[in-house]
Amino acid sequence: MSTNRNFRTCPSTGLMFHEPAEKLMIWNAVAGVVFLLVGGLLAIGVVLTRWQWVHWLPADRFYQVLTAHGVNMLVFWIIFFEMAVLYFCSSTLLRSRLATPNIAWAGFWLMLIGALLNNYSVLRGDSSVMFTAYAPMGAHPTFYLGLILFAVGALIACFVFLGTLVVAKAERTYQGSIPLVTFGALTACIIAVFTIASGAIILIPTFLWSVGLIPQIDSLMYKTIFWAFGHSSQQINVAAHVSVWYAIAAIVFGAKPMSEKVSRTAFFLYILFLQLASAHHLLADPGLTSYWKIFNTSYAMYLAVLASMVHGLTVPGAIEVAQRKKGYTNGLFEWLRKAPWGNPVFSGMFISLIGFGFLGGISGVIMGVEQINLIIHNTIYVPGHFHATVVVGTTLAFMALTYFLIPVLFRREVAFPGLAKWQPYLFGGGMSGVAVFLMAAGTLGVPRRHWDITFAGNAFAYEFPGAAGLMMAAGSIAGLIAIAGGGAYLLITVYSVFLGKRIETPGFAHVRARDNVAPSTAPVAAAITSHGQSAGFSAPGTFVLAMVFLVAFALYYFVNWKYLSTVWPLS
Amino acid sequence: MSISPVTDRLWWKTPMDREEVIWVTVAFIWCLFMFFMMPYWHVFGKQNLAHAAVKTSAAAYMKMAEEGVGKWKVREESEQKIPVIAPPPDTDVYLVARLWSWWPILELEAGKTYKIHLMSMDWLHGFSLQPENINIVVHPGYDHKVTMTPTSKGTFSIICNEYCGVNHHTMTSRIYVK
Repeated sequence: MSTNRNFRTCPSTGLMFHEPAEKLMIWNAVAGVVFLLVGGLLAIGVVLTRWQWVHWLPADRFYQVLTAHGVNMLVFWIIFFEMAVLYFCSSTLLRSRLATPNIAWAGFWLMLIGALLNNYSVLRGDSSVMFTAYAPMGAHPTFYLGLILFAVGALIACFVFLGTLVVAKAERTYQGSIPLVTFGALTACIIAVFTIASGAIILIPTFLWSVGLIPQIDSLMYKTIFWAFGHSSQQINVAAHVSVWYAIAAIVFGAKPMSEKVSRTAFFLYILFLQLASAHHLLADPGLTSYWKIFNTSYAMYLAVLASMVHGLTVPGAIEVAQRKKGYTNGLFEWLRKAPWGNPVFSGMFISLIGFGFLGGISGVIMGVEQINLIIHNTIYVPGHFHATVVVGTTLAFMALTYFLIPVLFRREVAFPGLAKWQPYLFGGGMSGVAVFLMAAGTLGVPRRHWDITFAGNAFAYEFPGAAGLMMAAGSIAGLIAIAGGGAYLLITVYSVFLGKRIETPGFAHVRARDNVAPSTAPVAAAITSHGQSAGFSAPGTFVLAMVFLVAFALYYFVNWKYLSTVWPLS
Repeated sequence: MSISPVTDRLWWKTPMDREEVIWVTVAFIWCLFMFFMMPYWHVFGKQNLAHAAVKTSAAAYMKMAEEGVGKWKVREESEQKIPVIAPPPDTDVYLVARLWSWWPILELEAGKTYKIHLMSMDWLHGFSLQPENINIVVHPGYDHKVTMTPTSKGTFSIICNEYCGVNHHTMTSRIYVK
């Protein structure tokens, strides 16, 4: 079988796309967006039911819709899109042919079949077990089987990514070290392999249990191992969207990392420590010692948190340095004021960065404190937190990247440019509102995954403070704004890809690479060459922002300790 | 650029920017501080969850709970006639979580300490005490002993906050503190 070595050069960016890789990226991205659409429609049902004045769906339907919303968004949308990102970061950025495209297609179809099978089980109505599917609450066997097939497919894609790195190295398609963004994608891939292995360890026995071959699944064992899959899969997202931030900083500003050493070490800390986060879900559980909880919940002394705080400085820092080189040197913040706020690639990425750090990051660390978790566990604070990390952080970063990929990968102009300009603000603003209001409601004790917090008709009804209902209503309104923002994204993306104006490509050429020779091409845009080498103080504005972040972090941290100290003593 | 290969083969020797050095140092100190706050609270704080749990069967646990009801029952409440028990301080009190109720109802004294046991008979449940907002996960098969000291008088609610099926929202109960 001959290897397809045909490449296409993007005339506007100079990026080179290996033909089979390009097709895989397109199909993975499209599949991801389809599941985003499904999850988005389901979000309407969630939002309008938890808005207690509307209280739209009956209980069984609500839990079914919530299950499907969670799985489609957290797993199918994000992982499909991540596979496209992995192929982009390996094949395209290294200008290498993709290793074994046929096997990559097998992975894609397994993922798709798995996703459809899982959705089928939830649609049946007997698998409303939520994303977590805590045994011994059981779902239909196809629920687990779907997840297993999907995970196997994703694992195959991870190995195709790793194989492509090997091919690129062997065929010398690049000189020196792999780009930082590819390094970040490699981090995501390594975490993904760990994640999927954990998923297999717990989901395969649970599947066997569901068909009657294993008598019992221990609830505590299930929860511990499940979260090595469930939480670590969110850490794939963190590594992936941080890579996307770096990529967008490079694409929009030509930014170089402030120092390769610092950024790569931070990614390396992710590899070492991020997957300890299973403990975040077990802080209020019996049977695990405090030593175990403290070590794991803090990612071994918060070393992975340190890594995120480093990226939080170096990504905007790189942008600031690049902007200052262009002459935006007045004061602390001219570089930021004069940034292209009308370009959704930039605005989406920057809102993602701020939302992830200020809302998702701070709340995540605080609810992960062993003792503070007691006043937060399973309240709606938790969905508040992860809508800031996974939605404002990951999803919005991926949306921003899409606006870059539509012309480059799909060769179409972005449709409705006016709407596209506003879309990141609509979606990011709405979703930040969801995060903040749900966290506020959670602080007042409102539970997550709960159909009726008024407990109507119940002999021992509890009446939440009036503010709780208000926060849930505000969260729902913010949710509707975010859904509108998501709808705008889907409209723009789908219309652009299928009906958008084709981009004329006068310089369009297929390049055929010979073995062991890098395909020749123009350098990718104009890179800024010399900064990052000095030991100066080159990004003062970013440093001030980082200090503001630290102060906000510390204040909120102590407020929560104070709140904890007022509840009933426990030991 | 971040998306192009690093051709400078000695990139790990390039010096860090000064603000990077300061930020990494400050952030690391903050991380260490946060880490040591947790053991600190174990020594000096009052809200720490006991982790010890005993593996047991639903039948054995139910027997303990029924003994408690036999000894300390003061009345029954609601149409389900759920017993209310008033155990003396410092005793072991067994609270049963099951689809979809808590059994029995507890009547405690403010300022006194009780050893409350939590276990589920079936699926996972969540012990969420409102408006205190103390939240503990309740597993089947694990008898979890938590020492609790109510500080103020009043009627407190227990709601289930771990999703446990379609009637999850009906799984509520009370703790009376006198």
